[in-house]
Amino acid sequence: MMKSDFLYRFLKNKMAVAGGVVVTLLFILSLAAPWIAPYDPSEVNLQMILAPPSPEHLLGTDQLGRDVFSRMTWGARISLKVGFVATGFSILIGTILGAVAGYYGKWVDVVIMRFVDIMLCFPTFFLILAVIAILEPSIWNIMIVIGLTGWMGVTRLVRADFISLKERDFVRSARAIGAGDLRIIFIHILPNAMASVLVTATLGVAGAILTESALSFLGIGVQPPTPSWGNILTAGKDNIDIAWWLSLYPGLAILITVLGYNLLGEGIRDTLDPRLK
Amino acid sequence: MLPLLIGITIVCFVVMRLAPGSPTDLQTQMNPRVSAEMKERLRAMYDLDKPLYQQYFSWLKKIAVLDLGKSFSPDRRPVADKILERLPITITLNILSLILILLVAIPIGVLSAVHRDSLFDRITAVFVFIGFATPTFWLALLLMILFGVHLGWLPISGIRSLNYEYLSPLASFIDLVKHLILPVLLSAFGGLAGLSRYMRANMLEVIRQDYIMTARAKGLSERAVIYKHALRNALLPVITILGLSVPGLIGGSVIFETIFAIPGMGQLFYMSVMARDYPVVMGILFIGAVLTLLGNMIADICYALTDPRIRVS
Repeated sequence: MMKSDFLYRFLKNKMAVAGGVVVTLLFILSLAAPWIAPYDPSEVNLQMILAPPSPEHLLGTDQLGRDVFSRMTWGARISLKVGFVATGFSILIGTILGAVAGYYGKWVDVVIMRFVDIMLCFPTFFLILAVIAILEPSIWNIMIVIGLTGWMGVTRLVRADFISLKERDFVRSARAIGAGDLRIIFIHILPNAMASVLVTATLGVAGAILTESALSFLGIGVQPPTPSWGNILTAGKDNIDIAWWLSLYPGLAILITVLGYNLLGEGIRDTLDPRLK
Repeated sequence: MLPLLIGITIVCFVVMRLAPGSPTDLQTQMNPRVSAEMKERLRAMYDLDKPLYQQYFSWLKKIAVLDLGKSFSPDRRPVADKILERLPITITLNILSLILILLVAIPIGVLSAVHRDSLFDRITAVFVFIGFATPTFWLALLLMILFGVHLGWLPISGIRSLNYEYLSPLASFIDLVKHLILPVLLSAFGGLAGLSRYMRANMLEVIRQDYIMTARAKGLSERAVIYKHALRNALLPVITILGLSVPGLIGGSVIFETIFAIPGMGQLFYMSVMARDYPVVMGILFIGAVLTLLGNMIADICYALTDPRIRVS
């Protein structure tokens, strides 16, 4: 498919464009956090504890008098970082295992796909929590663990692509002129399998952001005082009968972000392969 | 099944060994009176002085008879007992929410497929998208604020009121139901979007088949075509999806049981993670995976029972 053709169809797809706009705005927001946030996100103001939304504090303050809007702006950075790094990990692992399984077939395929089946038996959230219990919660551990528990879908997808692509003429001709396995896998086949990987990756970012917020909400994700949408919601739960703004806004931010990535992912899929619609 | 089960035990064992230092450190570090010789004895008790593969096999022998060790918490109770007494609540909640998912998602999916591109179909499509993106623990918070704090209609924690022992059987039952409404509703919410979308896709696929055209051609009413011929066939794959949704539901129980303070396996898991109670964490990880395996197996059997094509092959 021509690049300009892709762009044209992408721009005609309203869902995709809406998702793209949301994602772009979030990028700008998190890059510009130091200039957009009106207050220092960890500045404690004991005279303004749990103040409702007002012109000075657009989204109110939390139990330590910190500005919620500023904390959410910085929290956007955390979400984005976790989303991208964790998805990067799972795409990397999933692509390599899927490529190897699909390309070599036979017992290599059996072993890898059996391992996928085994990993799929574990409730993901249980596995993540168990590893976090052992490794201490920190933003890096969270990203690695979410990545390590999310690669199975990618493996299945890439494997299926490789199985159908490896018998095609361009691969045979590459082999005929003496290209090695690694060259065939990475230079010839993989670029053709990237379309479905891109869609999974976009949807994966949304999933990782949701998981991070749930973990942070439970107090085993990003640790305070680092602001994250999930741990502002924890404060919301602790002050559930007085401070509704602590519960409402961070969740809304998560909802909009995840919606944005999902729309973008589905949009890319529809654009790449209209038959799937 | 057996290779998967063995795989599960290996993964559990590896996760357990990820812990820095030995599991006995936790019991001995804090206590200055523990001598080096006692530490050795503790290590020997847990087989930590043997090579790794021997440790694995002795652990395997124990879990084969559901001996998951003793909890690190002060009560020192066997892990299996602690899990088993909490399992019924978790399983009941999950079954209730599965039933709710089926009751709501199937009609939605069927109706939006039959009336494709109608207003109803479009509205549900929007809801499904929002449903996929909604963090359910956040929705739980909002509903707790609305129904628990502002309206005061529903209790927001536990599964029993403090005075439930003094209530009549009927009042006590109503009390229980009131406590369960929000948790069941919310844990079902997560699965609703996915299943209704899936049901819609199935139904669209089936309606396109030749035998539906045959049914229409021989003059059956549209009702009979949709609800007798199409629906049955579209329902079949749902069984598999139900099996696949078990890990998600069980995993989600950590969040709901923690938010609503429900004394189930999920809450025990959360508390054990916070307290670094490794034997309980590993026990629940193992049980969770086995439950998933069982869910898939039951789904496979049901599928074979309902679909003659599978039985033949």
